Amino acid sequence: MLDQSYYEKADQIIGNYGRQQSALIPIIQEIQNEYRYLPPELLTYVAKELKINEAKAYSVATFYENFSFDPKGKYIIKVCDGTACHVRKSIPILDFLYKELNLSKEKNTSDDMLFTVETVSCLGACGLAPVLTVNDKVYPAMNPEKAGELLKELRGEA
Amino acid sequence: MDFITIDSQSVPIEGEKNILSIIRKAGIDLPTFCYHSELSIYGACRMCVVEDDRGRVFASCSEQPRKGMVIKTNSSKIQKYRKLIMELLLSSHCRDCTTCHKNGICELQKLAYKVGVDAVRFTNNKETLPLDTSSPSIVRDPNKCILCGDCVRTCDEVQGVGALDFAFRGSEMQVMPAFNKPLAETNCVGCGQCRVVCPTGAITIKKDEERVWEALDDPNTRVVAQIAPAVRVAIGDSFGIPKGTNSMGKLVGALRRMGFDKVYDTTFGADLTVYEESKELVERIQNNEKLPLFTSCCPGWVKFCENKFPELTDHISTCRSPQGMFSALLKDYYRTQDEKEGVDMKTFVVSIMPCTAKKGEAIRDDYKTDGVQDTDASITTAEAARMIRRAAIKFEDIEEEAVDMPFGIVSGGGVIFGVTGGVTEAVLRKISYDKDHNHKALGEIKFSGIRGIEGVKETSIMLGDREVKIAVVHGLGNASKLIEEIKAGKRNYDFVEVMACKRGCVMGGGQPVPAGPRTKQMRMKGLYSVDTASQVRTSNENPLVRLVYDDMINGREHKLLHTR
Repeated sequence: MLDQSYYEKADQIIGNYGRQQSALIPIIQEIQNEYRYLPPELLTYVAKELKINEAKAYSVATFYENFSFDPKGKYIIKVCDGTACHVRKSIPILDFLYKELNLSKEKNTSDDMLFTVETVSCLGACGLAPVLTVNDKVYPAMNPEKAGELLKELRGEA
Repeated sequence: MDFITIDSQSVPIEGEKNILSIIRKAGIDLPTFCYHSELSIYGACRMCVVEDDRGRVFASCSEQPRKGMVIKTNSSKIQKYRKLIMELLLSSHCRDCTTCHKNGICELQKLAYKVGVDAVRFTNNKETLPLDTSSPSIVRDPNKCILCGDCVRTCDEVQGVGALDFAFRGSEMQVMPAFNKPLAETNCVGCGQCRVVCPTGAITIKKDEERVWEALDDPNTRVVAQIAPAVRVAIGDSFGIPKGTNSMGKLVGALRRMGFDKVYDTTFGADLTVYEESKELVERIQNNEKLPLFTSCCPGWVKFCENKFPELTDHISTCRSPQGMFSALLKDYYRTQDEKEGVDMKTFVVSIMPCTAKKGEAIRDDYKTDGVQDTDASITTAEAARMIRRAAIKFEDIEEEAVDMPFGIVSGGGVIFGVTGGVTEAVLRKISYDKDHNHKALGEIKFSGIRGIEGVKETSIMLGDREVKIAVVHGLGNASKLIEEIKAGKRNYDFVEVMACKRGCVMGGGQPVPAGPRTKQMRMKGLYSVDTASQVRTSNENPLVRLVYDDMINGREHKLLHTR
């Protein structure tokens, strides 16, 4: 059971969009921004409030890779694997992060809830390849060593 | 008039919204999975691809006809594409045809044969997914789904339930309830309309046949059957009997050969329902309370109301459905009989229903008498046909037999319970009979606007000096809209008949498939013919009903015939 505050937050966000069915995606995006994931209970709640079938809302939320029903870490590291980044060796960076944090494609959030590692298809910063982002901050021209330092830095901050 | 050319044939455009309809009008039966005239156009299966004179290839279901178009439906290019599309559909489909419940009646199988696929070059690399057997009504096998979306659109557009939808994307796409919950935990009402449109074995009826065979095998069990009205005009479909033919007599004969001890007609239960429900209606009108009164015969509707309009459940008639009333009566009758004669026998009541939701109704607590389930097994028309086939009975050759006494006379009014408007018509016959003490012309009721296939039908009659306003609605989507309008005060009724399935029970979720427009029409017509040919048209003319009230029910109406 989610805390009541979650539903109040959802109510507020739904209110901001005027209870429009067409605003389903921005509403659940905003909820995900708030909690860094989309709590399944809130998707059900939003669907009910907007009078959308729960199955339809689930259909929308699973269509987009961006929505996650699992809680994510404090730092969401997105490694770009678009064409430009890929040819400039983004995979070794990803492999390094997986190994260092003991993660995989299936299990992408560390047990201490500090890191989530994902890939994205293109961040549109091909000139800076290979690139990764941490909570939307862009780190250009990366390699495994630099990624290692970045992890240390983030851990120190935490 | 504008024309388009289809394979060198000139065909007029007569208001068709898509090229596919014109192609079919021209006598070419292009294969499709996802195109149904009652659903929105989805264009997912791609089976209806055609080519135009510029070599453009497109799906004909989702293309508007334009004057002067030249369409080729059978060029070698199109034949090659169609075959490839079918091959791709088959490649990710579990092809265990010999053990599939759809074997022989499967659209995918049929079209694969029609299209002429002789090999599937691609291997199925999908992992095997578990079956969902949680619902008492239907079973979902995702491994057999071809993603045509027919169930999704039926559940949402026609039924307004929306328990199923697509989830995930691309090669990972599946049809499932939200969060892949078991169907039993969703708002699914068990109407089975998804199963009616499913072209494969991905959604099938939850089978209860085995329990019936076991009971038939047990010498200490008396197995009693009741057959619902709509079954008689559909079971023949499975044995090549012309659509809509009344096969009641044959079915009775077949059941006796299979070992059923007694066979009855659920229409007798419908006659009791007419008595109880008209009494309830008149009472509520006199007290002016809980109006409109909603009918309770349809379990899909009852569950839908409980899920979506819980505040209105008080308005649903307290009458049990004909299945429920009759099972309770049968159990009580044999219990009393056995006690009197000192016989130690179990009674096992099997109801043969056009409906998958009846399976869910049978196990409801308010359909138990003294905590004992009255209907022991509710099987569908399709399962009854399977049982007859398994018993190797030549159904088409069987001689017609009559149902057993002491419940052997039924009214025509009870028989038309199986079609939308029928319950209302039967109740009107009873009420107007009571009121005038002479039989008001049945024709007047027939043409009062309660027959036909419009989503919502309205009529009214006078009860004394009070006008009784009546609505008849079928299809849960239509019902939902109507109720929203009633709640908003835009419409006002005293009595509302709701049937979950469009056209009523004749097109129920448990009936043989496939059923095209002609079959639908013939089934409705078939039931009306049974009514016209009955000696007894009105429930209160049924001499046995009076006897049953006096000798068996003895004032225990609320115990045996009502939910509370």
